[in-house]
Amino acid sequence: MNEPLGATGLILNEPLLWEKSKKGRIGYSLPRPDVEKSSIDETLLGDGPDFPDLSEIDVVRHYTRLSQWNFGVDAGMYPLGSCTMKYNPKVHEKLAQLNGFENAHPLLPAHLVQGALQLMFELQNFLAEITGLDAVSLQPSAGAQGELTGMLMLSAFHKKKGRPRLKILVPDTAHGTNPASAVLCGFQPIPIPSNDRGILSPGRVSDLMDEDTAGIMVTNPNTLGLFEENIKAIAQIVHAKGGQVYCDGANLNAVMGIVHMGDLGVDVMHLNLHKTFSAPHGGGGPGCGPVCVKRHLAPFLPIPQIIKTDRGYDRSDDFPDSIGKLHAFWGNFGVMIKAYCYILSMGPDFLKKASQLAVLNANYVKESLRGVFNLAYDQPCMHECVFSDKLQKNFGVTTLDIAKRLMDYGFHPPTIYFPMIVSGALMIEPTETESLETIDEFISACKSIAEEAADSPEKLKQAPVRCKLKRLDETAAARRPCLAG
Amino acid sequence: MRYLPHTPEDIAAMLAVVGVGSLEELFGSIPADCRHVGELQLPRALTEWELVDHLQELSRRMAVSPKYTLFLGAGSYDHHIPAAIPYLLSRSEFVTSYTPYQPEMSQGTLQAIYEYQTLTARLLGMEIANASLYDGATALAEGLLMAVRITRRNRVAISTSIHPFYRQVVRAYFKPTGHELSEIPVDATGRTDIAALDQIEDLAAIALQTPNFFGCIEDLKVFAGLARKKETLLVAAFTEPLAFGLFKNPGSQGADIVCGEGQSLGLPRSLGGPALGMFASKMKYMRSMPGRLAGKTIDQNGKSGFVLTLSTREQHIRREKATSNICTNNSLCALNAAMFMAALGGTGMRKLARLNYDKSEYLKKGLRRAGFQTAFAGPTFNEFVVKAPEGFSETYHRLLDQKIIAGLALEPFYPRLRNHYLMCATETRTRQELDRLINEVSL
Repeated sequence: MNEPLGATGLILNEPLLWEKSKKGRIGYSLPRPDVEKSSIDETLLGDGPDFPDLSEIDVVRHYTRLSQWNFGVDAGMYPLGSCTMKYNPKVHEKLAQLNGFENAHPLLPAHLVQGALQLMFELQNFLAEITGLDAVSLQPSAGAQGELTGMLMLSAFHKKKGRPRLKILVPDTAHGTNPASAVLCGFQPIPIPSNDRGILSPGRVSDLMDEDTAGIMVTNPNTLGLFEENIKAIAQIVHAKGGQVYCDGANLNAVMGIVHMGDLGVDVMHLNLHKTFSAPHGGGGPGCGPVCVKRHLAPFLPIPQIIKTDRGYDRSDDFPDSIGKLHAFWGNFGVMIKAYCYILSMGPDFLKKASQLAVLNANYVKESLRGVFNLAYDQPCMHECVFSDKLQKNFGVTTLDIAKRLMDYGFHPPTIYFPMIVSGALMIEPTETESLETIDEFISACKSIAEEAADSPEKLKQAPVRCKLKRLDETAAARRPCLAG
Repeated sequence: MRYLPHTPEDIAAMLAVVGVGSLEELFGSIPADCRHVGELQLPRALTEWELVDHLQELSRRMAVSPKYTLFLGAGSYDHHIPAAIPYLLSRSEFVTSYTPYQPEMSQGTLQAIYEYQTLTARLLGMEIANASLYDGATALAEGLLMAVRITRRNRVAISTSIHPFYRQVVRAYFKPTGHELSEIPVDATGRTDIAALDQIEDLAAIALQTPNFFGCIEDLKVFAGLARKKETLLVAAFTEPLAFGLFKNPGSQGADIVCGEGQSLGLPRSLGGPALGMFASKMKYMRSMPGRLAGKTIDQNGKSGFVLTLSTREQHIRREKATSNICTNNSLCALNAAMFMAALGGTGMRKLARLNYDKSEYLKKGLRRAGFQTAFAGPTFNEFVVKAPEGFSETYHRLLDQKIIAGLALEPFYPRLRNHYLMCATETRTRQELDRLINEVSL
């Protein structure tokens, strides 16, 4: 195919749900009333919700048309850095919908949900093996809640030792969720600048680490896509002052089977099953953010925990030091099923291979775009690479323009303006599931865009031109918020 | 491996471009003493067919309908889900996209969220709703933290008729903050005892659930009046939003923040998750809200469209000063609920809610005839508490053997409610099933 991937075709306009409503329509097959009407206290009655009335085909067309205005991994490459937008296997969707899983009530006694308990118990063991840590809770609903869980555990750990701590070290490359999660637990985040190679220096950690500091939150590989080479030395410094090492596992996709975080001095780590373990992102959730810990932190894990007995699997709330519950029930079981299936389908060899190919793809993109965009840190990367708009700024073109123009070429843009320490960052994470041909197409789109930036920058300024809408006015949206119709 | 498209030739060509000799060499920046030696100790890879067999086998060891008949609600409800909903929800444009950071490529998700926010606000009787949170329990925790931010007070009164697990989650969120939680008891009608609030001042919020954990409809209006008097906020939680198809919604009774679980709106129970944290408030508290918000705007040609907005509240901009650490919503679950609300419509919602009420009342009367007492006098929606005759626990286990789950024993949650059971009957329980339960326990 010689034509660019991005094309325009027929999509249909569609009004808001309530603009299609006609009183008396229904899109639901109401069950036949088979009991008599009971009397009811009229003073309690409300008016009923002011919902639109639609027939089934109205609803079907509405959401079908809306879906066609969206772009997902199934449509094309989605190299959103730090989000690991890899392919989501279809068989997992089907398996998560098996009647026994989908219709399971969360309060059934343990002996009636053995299948689910076994699945979760085994998934915990798999994740412990992959991280090199000892114990796991699957309960957190997302990465950010996994971080919160980890911070709650550190807070409880220091309190139990009789000396609550007030501060926590957070590198300047960290996701915004890190400091926000720490603050929720009453910790004051102390930023640590990364060095000129984009990683943490033990000296800087040593300067800031003291006995009022609960520990450090490290993302490894970090958000520049670089492995924190000094992690072991840093962990020693933190441990020497009685602190704990928290690892944000958002970027685990680079190192499955290659690095055991537990061997590097990490005490607690969260994973994102919707990133590394192929559960789909669903337009922004539901995710699942398990927390993995060393043995000494296991007593603080959320309850309930799954235990194995002679009679099978059981739930136990009998962990007096536990931080408590972070979800009404077990967490996002439906997401856990997909991650479990992924690990079983890949096995040990292909999990490692996936990380190797994710790193290969990112380095290939980095080398191929060298000189096309400015490389923020010129060194071997892990699963993602970070460029900036430094070269294009000469033509008055910014990262935002490049991102919008990529849409016209048929690609979802990379993560932009993050990490914040790189001005005009373009953070590209191709993932292992993109083929050489697709990546080459992406690279050639980037090269064309760089040429356009020099020759006809207005093409970038006007982009996108092939989407349903032109650039949207985000400032107006925030100035005069309209959040409901 | 079908998910990895690289051929050996591709790998060789790419390694040459990168300038390294092997895949292992790509990891040169990882110090040797940081690398894991040996293979991962995991089961060997399964084929697709082996995987399907294995998961089917696990799923068979689960007690679900139609084999089992459940009279179990308590925060997770069995409702009919129209076939069109899972079908539409499986569209990969929705499933395989991410948070709509790039609005021009995500108008489907954004308009759907905007519609979800609107329908949620209408259902709860509030001015605005967010794009959703993780589940009802965390939504309540976030709602109480929001009240603390708004009022700058750090004491919260929370009714013991709120779902016990929700209170546990609130306690976990509050533990390191130093905020105080006072639990308010219930009275003989099964509703929150308003007199218990007399002595408590300087409150950030009074939190109630309606219908509450015992299924009883709380009189929110009275509490809203008290909240005004005490210059505090009324936070209304819920686990069964279908009730607002029939009964007055929290907003119309003066609630300031409304938060709860939306599973009931067309989401499968899935062992309790993924779930849907619904969250709404008065407009004046908009800037203190946690979570994502979609808003209406225009594009460069003046056409209307949608974007994520007010992100200056959020962690990716504000970092440690954010209103919450939450990064995503539970987008696909919100879409699921929006589809369900759209399919039901105002008319359908009313009828379905009424049917739930009638089924539950039918069961309540039948159990009364069978010697059970209604434990609380307060009006209920689709679940209620009964005090069983002595010796019922044997019957309960006999029924378990017959694959009937006769409600939830409350003693583990409320030690003084020995021999009390929370019973639930939604529209999915047929008259035949209700009669069978009534007959079995009458023996």
